[in-house]
Amino acid sequence: MKLKREKWKKEYLGRTAVTLAGLFIIVLTLAIGAFLFYKGTATFTSDHHTVAEFLFSSNWEPAQQGSGGKVGAAIFIVGSIIISAFALLLATPFSIAAALFMTEISPSAGRRILQPAVEIFVGIPSVVYGWVGLTVLVPFLAKVFNLAYGYSVLAGAIVLAVMISPTITSVAADAIRSVPNEYREASYGLGSTRWQMIYRVVIPAAMPGILTGVVLGLARAFGEALAVAMVIGKMQAFPKGLLSPTTNLTAEITASMGNTAEGSEWNNALWAMALLLLIISFLFIVIIRLIGKKGADKT
Amino acid sequence: METKISVKSLNLHYGEFHALKNISIDIPENSVMALIGPSGCGKSTFLKALNRMDDLVPNVKIEGTVLLDGKNIYSPETDVTLLRKRVGMVFQRPNPFPMSIYDNIAYGPRIHGVKSHRQLDETVESSLCGAALWDEVKDRLHKNAIGLSGGQQQRLCIARALAIKPEVLLMDEPTSALDPISTMKVEELIGTLKKKYTIVIVTHNMQQAARISENTAFFLHGEIVEYGETGQLFSMPKEKKTEAYITGRFG
Amino acid sequence: MKPKFHRSSAKTTDKAATVALYTVADLFLVLLAAFTIYIFYRGAVAFKPEYLSFTREGIGIQFFNTIYLVLISLLISVPIGIAAGIYMAEYSGGGRISRFIRTCIETLASLPSIVVGLFGYLVFVVMTGSHWNLLAGALAVSILNIPSLTTVTEDALESVPELYREGSFGLGATHWQTITGVILPAALPRVLTGIVMAAGRGFGEAAALLFTSGMSSDVNFRNWNPWSRTSPLNLLRPADTLAVHIWALKTEGIEENAAQLSDLSSAVLMILVFAFSLGSRCIGDRLERKITGSEPKGSKKAWKRK
Repeated sequence: MKLKREKWKKEYLGRTAVTLAGLFIIVLTLAIGAFLFYKGTATFTSDHHTVAEFLFSSNWEPAQQGSGGKVGAAIFIVGSIIISAFALLLATPFSIAAALFMTEISPSAGRRILQPAVEIFVGIPSVVYGWVGLTVLVPFLAKVFNLAYGYSVLAGAIVLAVMISPTITSVAADAIRSVPNEYREASYGLGSTRWQMIYRVVIPAAMPGILTGVVLGLARAFGEALAVAMVIGKMQAFPKGLLSPTTNLTAEITASMGNTAEGSEWNNALWAMALLLLIISFLFIVIIRLIGKKGADKT
Repeated sequence: METKISVKSLNLHYGEFHALKNISIDIPENSVMALIGPSGCGKSTFLKALNRMDDLVPNVKIEGTVLLDGKNIYSPETDVTLLRKRVGMVFQRPNPFPMSIYDNIAYGPRIHGVKSHRQLDETVESSLCGAALWDEVKDRLHKNAIGLSGGQQQRLCIARALAIKPEVLLMDEPTSALDPISTMKVEELIGTLKKKYTIVIVTHNMQQAARISENTAFFLHGEIVEYGETGQLFSMPKEKKTEAYITGRFG
Repeated sequence: MKPKFHRSSAKTTDKAATVALYTVADLFLVLLAAFTIYIFYRGAVAFKPEYLSFTREGIGIQFFNTIYLVLISLLISVPIGIAAGIYMAEYSGGGRISRFIRTCIETLASLPSIVVGLFGYLVFVVMTGSHWNLLAGALAVSILNIPSLTTVTEDALESVPELYREGSFGLGATHWQTITGVILPAALPRVLTGIVMAAGRGFGEAAALLFTSGMSSDVNFRNWNPWSRTSPLNLLRPADTLAVHIWALKTEGIEENAAQLSDLSSAVLMILVFAFSLGSRCIGDRLERKITGSEPKGSKKAWKRK
């Protein structure tokens, strides 16, 4: 009996504690999912809107109290998609180039200078990105393009691009670094130039990792709230072009959540947006998993 | 001489692989038993079976009995941690923990419940003396053990094993990573330790086996081909395979 | 002739690509430098001594809130994150549960922080019937930190050499004793680096705090009774951090010096981030050196502390 107590103290107590912590992570994740699902579906269950209306209608006039308004969130959804897509378009080539530089062209400078720089970039708070975007980028765009205000899709996309490119860079660099050196030697051995080696051997071999970085960047861009909200103008209309203001899911949630009454149609519609963000971020994980699996199959 | 460990029809499988085949051997008390054989012959696996270190390997299946002082260590009521306290182990590569010399030695007694500082100090000193290391490290007990030379590290690991006052010491090629002088010191140490402990040592070095052991067992393909008194086995092996091995024709 | 032509064109492409990659790398550095210099410059221009005061005119309160909130969040998330990391590395066994936990960790790690903020708002504010409060904010930041702390701990433990493990088991240690006695101490540098990085991220978090710890504070720095609503130490008071303050000044700042305060807040926030980024490197290097050899001091104490 004493031996059992002893053993309990020496092993099972700690083991139980850390197992509970592991299970806690499951509980936490499921709780977040469940609460968001519960709150996010109220628009469709208690306010009786259709999912199609929410996703495809641009008529956004939710009632402050009770129900009876319109909850078409298409403008916000399109805003989120367009801005993150443009951000990705801007950031991806830039990031892959930076990753190639620090791994293939100058590993020593990469490790000593670029790597720490990238890490610092990752650590810069998103409100600071937003603040710089607001004070530098927005006036700059207004001046260059002769606009009344510089708040625009372009401003949001640039801010996000700067924000996510360190993420893409560091993941892509890891992927490129893990390409076996034999591949490079084999390519050089066949007489290819460095660029041919990079372009035909290294990039294809590192592709799954690079794509993972891109999707991670996209996920970060899609879910970012404050930095974008500061520079896109929060105008409730589809953007007419890159230079016109619009709004997106996260901007609307941050702007309105505090002003709505718990349980009102408006409040519920905002929760539905949050649920949509959750679903999309989960989708990104699924995509990353699929990429990982494909990469593993190939090798 | 009393039998300390008695192994009876021990079979061990790693998944599909039959690593130990029907091993039976008696290991006498207060003496050195050397296990020799080509690499992959199962000698290290057998050594680990003696204090159930093989429990840590996934997919391992063990049949047969290993009697330590007449009690089967594979019976369900065996407390593995107490078993390993009685049957200490020294590994092929010196593996001091990344902490001070003192803490390395005190680690074992502490996990087995010794708290008194006086007692710990005494154990540390006596174990280091026992491992012939005390004079070299007594002035830097609180320095990190990683700073020691390879040979000192291995003697520290022996001292660490001695600190839990084992009855049996298992050594898995303890000198294979050491230079000749350190090897000599460890061999001398084994010579003194056998007065108090039962030692089972795996070695790939037949001269070493001849120098330090009373008994030798020759392993091949997971079986014991032959075992007996060391001088006998080396000068007049009964089996052809043993002779082939000790004369260097394979392995 | 033709292959030769091809050769030289390949070489030209190679040169061009090299130049392009150098340009991008330089651009990266220039951008970071410009960014940093700009923020510090604006911060310096905006600086007035009274802005550092712990009143409505200054950002002292927000500075205190930032540090305090992150500290509280670490007190919550570090034990859970490390424990979960230990479970994943040592006990989970890679089976179905462990794969599921891994999916959960990935999900948590990729949650937009605004979503975590809303969850925190719902559970820690609305459902507890309270108002914005510091503890709710700390809990929200904890949710953001737990996945990375878990992953860092797991990786750190798994990179500890198998030799240590064997050595400890060979002395009759239980698995748990081996973890706390040998593996975790050996992995400590990397775990600590992870904690400092988590702190750095915590300082900059804003979206998760808007609806949890709120966008304002009302504190009296002469009142240190933690149970009083206006005490800085009170956990159940609203508390705006620097990052939230920047946002609040931008969106609903009525003070005429809102822009200057934002500039200064940004600069201070950047200093915090830099300090922690550098700090995590130093701690990692120092401890790594200490554990893998040269010049250990007070390692006996290290044991006692446990």
